[in-house]
Amino acid sequence: MSVENPQKIDTSRLDEILEECGSKKSNLIAILQKIQEIYRYLPEEAMTYIGTKIEDLSPATVFGVATFYAQFSLEPKGKYEIKVCDGTACHVRGSMPVLNAIKSRLDLTDGKMTSKDGLFSLETVSCLGACGLAPVVVINEKVYPQMTSDAIKIVIDTLLKEER
Amino acid sequence: MTDKKTLFIDGLEVEFTNEPNLLEVIKKAGMSVPTLCYRPDLTQFGACRMCVVEVEGRGIQSSCTMPPENGLKIHLNTEKTRRIRKTVLELLLANHDKECLTCEKSGSCELQKYSEEYGVRKIRYPEKKKEEFFPIDNYNPSIVRDPNKCILCGACVRACSEFQGHSVLGFVNRGSNTRVEPMNGKHLSQVDCVFCGQCQTVCPTGALTIKSAIDEVWDKINDNTKKVVIQIAPAVRVALGEEFNIDAGENSIGKIYAAARRIGFDLVFDTNFSADLTIMEEANEFIERLSKGGVLPLFTSCCPAWVRYLETQHPDMLKHLSSCKSPQGMLSPVVKEFLPKYYEGYKKEDIVVVSVMPCTAKKYEAVREQLLGETDFVLTTKEFARMIKMAGINFKALKEEKANSPFGQYSGAATIFGASGGVAEAAVRTAYNMVTGEELSNVDIKTMRGVDADSRTKDTVVDIKGTKVKVRVVSTLKEAEKSLKEIKSGTSDFQILEVMACPGGCVNGGGQPISCSDSSIKEKRAEGLYKEDENLELRKSHQNPDIKKLYAECLEGKPGSHTAHKLLHTTYTDKFTNSYKDLK
Repeated sequence: MSVENPQKIDTSRLDEILEECGSKKSNLIAILQKIQEIYRYLPEEAMTYIGTKIEDLSPATVFGVATFYAQFSLEPKGKYEIKVCDGTACHVRGSMPVLNAIKSRLDLTDGKMTSKDGLFSLETVSCLGACGLAPVVVINEKVYPQMTSDAIKIVIDTLLKEER
Repeated sequence: MTDKKTLFIDGLEVEFTNEPNLLEVIKKAGMSVPTLCYRPDLTQFGACRMCVVEVEGRGIQSSCTMPPENGLKIHLNTEKTRRIRKTVLELLLANHDKECLTCEKSGSCELQKYSEEYGVRKIRYPEKKKEEFFPIDNYNPSIVRDPNKCILCGACVRACSEFQGHSVLGFVNRGSNTRVEPMNGKHLSQVDCVFCGQCQTVCPTGALTIKSAIDEVWDKINDNTKKVVIQIAPAVRVALGEEFNIDAGENSIGKIYAAARRIGFDLVFDTNFSADLTIMEEANEFIERLSKGGVLPLFTSCCPAWVRYLETQHPDMLKHLSSCKSPQGMLSPVVKEFLPKYYEGYKKEDIVVVSVMPCTAKKYEAVREQLLGETDFVLTTKEFARMIKMAGINFKALKEEKANSPFGQYSGAATIFGASGGVAEAAVRTAYNMVTGEELSNVDIKTMRGVDADSRTKDTVVDIKGTKVKVRVVSTLKEAEKSLKEIKSGTSDFQILEVMACPGGCVNGGGQPISCSDSSIKEKRAEGLYKEDENLELRKSHQNPDIKKLYAECLEGKPGSHTAHKLLHTTYTDKFTNSYKDLK
């Protein structure tokens, strides 16, 4: 599961985060969230760094927390973060065909959920609380209701066109 | 007065006091429940659910996590608990590779034992397919990690964190995808593992095992062009017998010498001899540092896991570390260099040195770049026991023999090296003589002894004719870290720091027979060593006639000489591997 590191890690920035959140074991999740905000994922070097800096933690323990929670990503997230709701309602209304349509359009596989150009990343989430609009897709805070495999392809193509 | 607290186990009234959980009460009452994850020296985890009991009014409870209460009525073996345990086993086996016959742990595997006891003959659940198996981590000299045999009991994760404070192993992912792994799927050799092997001593299955050198050693024994000699470490003599139904702590060194000869080793030496040698050099080094204002406190350097810990975590502290090689590291070059002088037909290049160690990290020590080619093969206590079994030797019936000279004689100071505090005690006995020219009259320094969980940091002030020397004895790296912090913050007041990475020292080393379900075994082994020390006429390293002879005939007469430095001392390197160092 090796991850390419496109961004150089700046440890002084990590030190700032530790300072800001409090360099304590109990603040680990907040610290990881901040790091992910900056890098859009959790670089291995950053996890090693804080695992060594914070008392009673180790890189392996930090990695354990990072892999336990779905909110953390070990590969860089795309500029557009696509979240497909797979809660019960969305699931029965066909969220999986939508998910598969995105995967095939962006050439993504289960181990590789960020597109090659770094523009899109894909994840499934449990209930978004908008069951009336099922199946729901959210792209960077914007909600796309009642999606179908054809509709989501149009959405993605539009975003791609804007980027060119 | 009704201070007496009791509970009922299967109708039998049982008294309890301060036992931490029902399981300990059950064990004390002479009964048992199966468990895979419970280890008395580690925190309670309640992961495996094998130790479930039925508690009246409370239903099914795991006995390893439930504290005893007055008047509880518990039942160990009901239809329900048996069914649960069998289901647990089936579920574990469904995710297991089940390659028992060729497994390193076969015969001592707890999963195998309970599956047999509970008569698991069929697994009702879909089993893991071959293509879902994970690769085996076999890339370090000491430990083999096979994730396909892991049952996620977390004992190794707890041992790494609670003994060594270091946590190179951790849980990864969640739910059915959970695995135990080093950081980001790396090999143990790529993270800062010190190879102490404690993870492997608490593993109930074959997921963590010792990397065996048995085949290579047989090859050398069968090679007629080679002279294969063996050295036996202090802690081995009080533990190896356990593999042959001899009580823990009973000293079977005479039988071990005999077994080594029956197996086919040409000469048998004792690492105890070089433990005496280590004391001569280390005591000398300490006195030099003390009198000439050198770097203090002096750290002992016998434990390779501790050495690696300093190299990888605190390279700035390496200047404290004694330059002395460990007893294993000293004996091998001495044997290769000087054996031809004493034995006809021995040529340096034909000598193969095999050591038997209670330790998995010694395998790593032998391949350190500074020591490479000196100790050729390292066998752990368990591996050597296996060789004895393979050779068809009736160990219990062996007649006791003696080690070969000139590297076979030893003092009581050497034998206690195997218990935490032993090196420091031995060093004080000789340093006293080196400083004052007189003999220390009371050689038993009881405050340095103790291998139980409460004795992991011990301070003793020794009065060497007016010079007060404070000696700190530490076992486990977690405790050592605290002492290092004191030194770094300038609040430390001790001049010698003895560190052994395994809890209680080498008697409880990673290469010893499995003893994790009974904390008292390491205490019995340590008692065995102190008993031998007490019964020996020679109790100080500098009195060992073979040591005197070696210095007179080979090492220019005194410790710290040029030849002594060349053969008996080593260097250390900065191995600060945490990658962030290179980030900026």
